[in-house]
Amino acid sequence: MSEYQNIFTRVQIRGPLHAGPPVTGSIFQREGKPFYSYLMGIIGNAQVGPLYLGSLGVASLISGFIAIEIIGLNMWASVGWNPILFIRDLPWLALEPPAPAYGLRIPPLNQGGWWLMAGFFLTAAMVLWFFRMYRRARQLGLGTHMAWAWGAAIWLYFVLGFLRPLLMGSWGEAPPFGIFPHLDWTVSFSLRYGNLYYDPFHMLSIVFLYGSVLLFAMHAATILAVSRFGGEKEVEQSVDRGTASERAALFWRWTMGFNATMESIHRWAWWFAVLTPLTGGIGILLTGTVTDNWFLWAVKHGVAPHYAPIFSHAVDPATLQGGKP
Amino acid sequence: MAMLTFEKKYRVPGGTLLGGDLFDYWVGPFYVGFFGITAAFFSILGTALIIYGASQGTTWNIWQINIVPPDVSYGLGFAPMAKGGLWQVITICALGAFVSWALREVEISRKLGIGLHVPFAFSFAIFAYFSLEVIRPILMGAWGVAFPYGIMSHLDWVSNTGYQYLNFEYNPAHMIAVTLFFTTTFALALHGSLVLSALNPAQGEEVKTAEHEDTFFRDFIGYSIGTLGIHRLGLFLALAAVFFSAVCIIISGPFWTAGWPEWWSWWLNMPIWSGVH
Repeated sequence: MSEYQNIFTRVQIRGPLHAGPPVTGSIFQREGKPFYSYLMGIIGNAQVGPLYLGSLGVASLISGFIAIEIIGLNMWASVGWNPILFIRDLPWLALEPPAPAYGLRIPPLNQGGWWLMAGFFLTAAMVLWFFRMYRRARQLGLGTHMAWAWGAAIWLYFVLGFLRPLLMGSWGEAPPFGIFPHLDWTVSFSLRYGNLYYDPFHMLSIVFLYGSVLLFAMHAATILAVSRFGGEKEVEQSVDRGTASERAALFWRWTMGFNATMESIHRWAWWFAVLTPLTGGIGILLTGTVTDNWFLWAVKHGVAPHYAPIFSHAVDPATLQGGKP
Repeated sequence: MAMLTFEKKYRVPGGTLLGGDLFDYWVGPFYVGFFGITAAFFSILGTALIIYGASQGTTWNIWQINIVPPDVSYGLGFAPMAKGGLWQVITICALGAFVSWALREVEISRKLGIGLHVPFAFSFAIFAYFSLEVIRPILMGAWGVAFPYGIMSHLDWVSNTGYQYLNFEYNPAHMIAVTLFFTTTFALALHGSLVLSALNPAQGEEVKTAEHEDTFFRDFIGYSIGTLGIHRLGLFLALAAVFFSAVCIIISGPFWTAGWPEWWSWWLNMPIWSGVH
């Protein structure tokens, strides 16, 4: 039993490399000559390349490169262009958004203007990437599911960096670029609004995040378990059910009384993954705009218990400014 | 009853680990087996104890029901039922039910002649639970540091435990775990999308094949891992996420007691940049 669990590919086949159907209607062609990689072949396909960039891919990469350059050069400038300090302090360095005093106006470059520009180019890169995915799928005759899933990720980024700052009236509400600084932002954001764990949409987002990981573990393990019957041929198994599909379905039916089908498990997967940023974005968008303090919100609606004060009564500073739960 | 059209020919005896053919039967769609009996025993007893614990508490509000572990003053000893003993029995029931469930999955896999990947994967989830409720409390010397059973109370526990280390997001294992959680979800979106897009092409188009999927991903990022490889990758990412989650909480307390931001001072204090200002 244990000698064949199909964790690695033990015999690699070398046939002609697959170039893909010709690209039509574009001045761009596929780049690079495909080749075989033995190491890649141990876990997946051995063939590497070719790559199709196209006009949208090139535009997206240029936008992304500009954004990364703006962020990196600003960080480097912040340590006086010292290359060693740049490497040493890199996890702590940040490109911060404009100060709250600027509101939604455009500040000088070194007061947050660079931050606005980096955000613009990063957004452009992501949106161009969306159109690239959409066009690639259509040109190869596939559905556009992946582009729309990517759209859910764009939504979360858009809420954090643009929509919520817009509603709050200040770019300063947005997170900074930087490794530790964006973590600091996350923690202080949660504390400022009364602990995001009490935000129901944050709860949903976490459920879908953990649910996605659980689903992928269940699905991937099931397919590997039935791979001895060709279960990894999911498209074929969906349109013409074989014994791999049947055993996969029965495993879960006998285990938990319910099973998906070879096609429907991918719908479960798609929705769980997509709902993670979708609900997360809603949770962020409501924070500070509709609700000032998620803990007080939860107490008001009977979700969180009301704790009797142990220490002398403390006033929530947010309520002094007219905020309400 | 409760049988799929193709199910009957798969309902054959054999594959059990314990009990021979004594428990080798189905109830509705569920397979029973020896470990089905033990799973039912532990889960029914555990659930009943949770309900009993709720009845001894102050509320029936589903969000606020809370069954707490013993006070830290009990150390690693047994506590009276009303003072955390209930939590201890429920924890034993939970572990009994989880392990029974995994072994039942092994029996079902053997009966169907398929690999043991699912119970292997589930054992990582059990390990994560075991880390939180048993390994870390033992290393810390008190059951009281384990998390309580309640919807909001376990969230409060996560908050409070996290802030004991100032900012838990600086915990390096937590960083790896969160990255893996996001990466797994991202990979799941890509995989689900790709299969759905091959099965559901534009109106009037024929269903596409794995060759189309490969072409799409090569065009897209220059490499397609393939139909088998994506499931190996997905399983690895998911299990690594769970494993590093367990690591990040086990090291917090037993092996690191200061704030996690402070942990990174080893990087700043490396001799290679001493003298740089």
